[in-house]
Amino acid sequence: MTDDILIKVEELTRHYGVQTGSRPAVDNISFEVRRGEVLGFLGPNGAGKSTTMRMITGNLAPSHGRITVNGIDILDQPKKAKADIGFLPELPPLYRELTVDEYLRFCARLNRISRDKQTNAIGTAKERCGLGDVGKRLIANLSKGYQQRVGIAQAIIHSPAVVVLDEPTVGLDPIQIREIRHLIRELSNEHSVILSTHILPEVQATCDRVQIINQGKLVLSDSIEGLVQRMQTSSLRLRTKNRTNNNILLAIEGIVAVDAIDGDCVQIKHKPEINPAAAIAKMIVEQGWELLELTPERRSLEEIFVDITTAEQTADESVEKTGIEKTEAAA
Amino acid sequence: MIFTLAARELRSMFLSPMAWVILAVISGLCAYFFLLYIDLYLQLQPRLAAAPDAPGMTDVIVVPLFSTAATVLLLVTPLLTMRLISEERRSQTLSLLMSAPVSMTEIILGKFLGVFAFVLLMLVLVAIMPLSLLAGGDIDIGLWASGLLGLALLLASFCSIGLYVSTLTAQPTVAAVATFGLLLLLWVLNLAGSTGNDGGGVLSYLSLLSHYQPLLKGIFSSTDIIYYLLLISCCLVLSVRRLDADRLQH
Repeated sequence: MTDDILIKVEELTRHYGVQTGSRPAVDNISFEVRRGEVLGFLGPNGAGKSTTMRMITGNLAPSHGRITVNGIDILDQPKKAKADIGFLPELPPLYRELTVDEYLRFCARLNRISRDKQTNAIGTAKERCGLGDVGKRLIANLSKGYQQRVGIAQAIIHSPAVVVLDEPTVGLDPIQIREIRHLIRELSNEHSVILSTHILPEVQATCDRVQIINQGKLVLSDSIEGLVQRMQTSSLRLRTKNRTNNNILLAIEGIVAVDAIDGDCVQIKHKPEINPAAAIAKMIVEQGWELLELTPERRSLEEIFVDITTAEQTADESVEKTGIEKTEAAA
Repeated sequence: MIFTLAARELRSMFLSPMAWVILAVISGLCAYFFLLYIDLYLQLQPRLAAAPDAPGMTDVIVVPLFSTAATVLLLVTPLLTMRLISEERRSQTLSLLMSAPVSMTEIILGKFLGVFAFVLLMLVLVAIMPLSLLAGGDIDIGLWASGLLGLALLLASFCSIGLYVSTLTAQPTVAAVATFGLLLLLWVLNLAGSTGNDGGGVLSYLSLLSHYQPLLKGIFSSTDIIYYLLLISCCLVLSVRRLDADRLQH
């Protein structure tokens, strides 16, 4: 199945600035993207997402490491490798003085699509991105959403094996965001997609696999299912009226703790292997409380994200601290 | 591929009023000078007719016209070359070219050819003016052609220098000012040479002007041609290197 790996990134590192002491923008990242997969790149601003994408697309040379696209090294044979990649940077690279048709024709030529296939390629790209009726309009006069679509059309015009999209939904309204997400899902039928974003629901909505990057390091790489599993916690939220005593709840098998949240509401922590929801419901009926809410609690993606990124940071700081202590001790 | 890039460049130029305004100003100014030289020739004609071995119509009208055109174009070319790379860098369209299966050399050559094609258009406007004299007289076509070749090479050098300066910055205005300064310096470098100091000969040799003048006189020397070709290719190579350094930027 090795031929199904379209992008292989090995030990990718990128330094900005010549001083070697500074933290690299991208630090020793390795990952793979398979055919037909949508990979979400997640991270706070300045985490190194764009830098990684620009290296994959040959816009930036890595300080160390290897990138192969469809088995072709992008540094050894940049032209051949780039033919298999479509890239939409953070700011769509549009010539605003051209019309959509003129612009796409230029992109088709630029990507060496043969003359007789150009019109076809432009038509397909326009249709897929919903640009059918704006072909004759100047790009400068299009709305942000349409400009973004032209940017995507440009990236898929030569049907590359891999489409790299850097924050494709930034600055769009909710309806446009939904359309673009839909488009991305559609693209994954034929292309592999790498997508960067700092909007978490977007990852849930569009991606098969998630990689969280923070301070240049890969801190999590998981499938969406794995991520959903991480989101499940062993706690329930209970809201009742007329409840008199919380301690009775502790008698139920599997319940570890009961924390009051406010007057009517408690958080019930239980052992992960036992779900006490049925027993709780029975008790409520027996006690004559009025049940208002009984829901399993889930950690939001945000919480996981914050957990991972901040945990990483505190770990870093403690390492630094012990490092300082050591040097002090040595002195 | 190079021609695709060049065609896009040329097209974008004509989509803004800039190209049309420049063409209009150039032909207006050159036409004015052309008339001025014709007038001068008509004044001098009685005396020239009497003198033996006197300069002809071409010497009095065409050569000064080409010489003046060079000065006017020196002022204009920085405005054309300033946005070549810097504008793409500023609006971040450069990544479109960088992620396409195109080499840096192709990008630079495409840009150069695009702007040079436009400059050639200006050159044609200037070149056909003296040809109108054929209606009422005779001009030295050899001298005309050699002057034209000189002007073309000179303009190609202007373009390549402007292109290189444009790769250095993300601000078109900065590129324009810097290019203008550099061109003017190279233009007047021979003034230092003419004062007769040590090293003056070298400075004079490096001047753009001192290699243009022989061609205006109808002297076709391979040294001058090679000087221009070297200058152009040197600037183009530097531009490719500079653009490539964008990927390695620190």
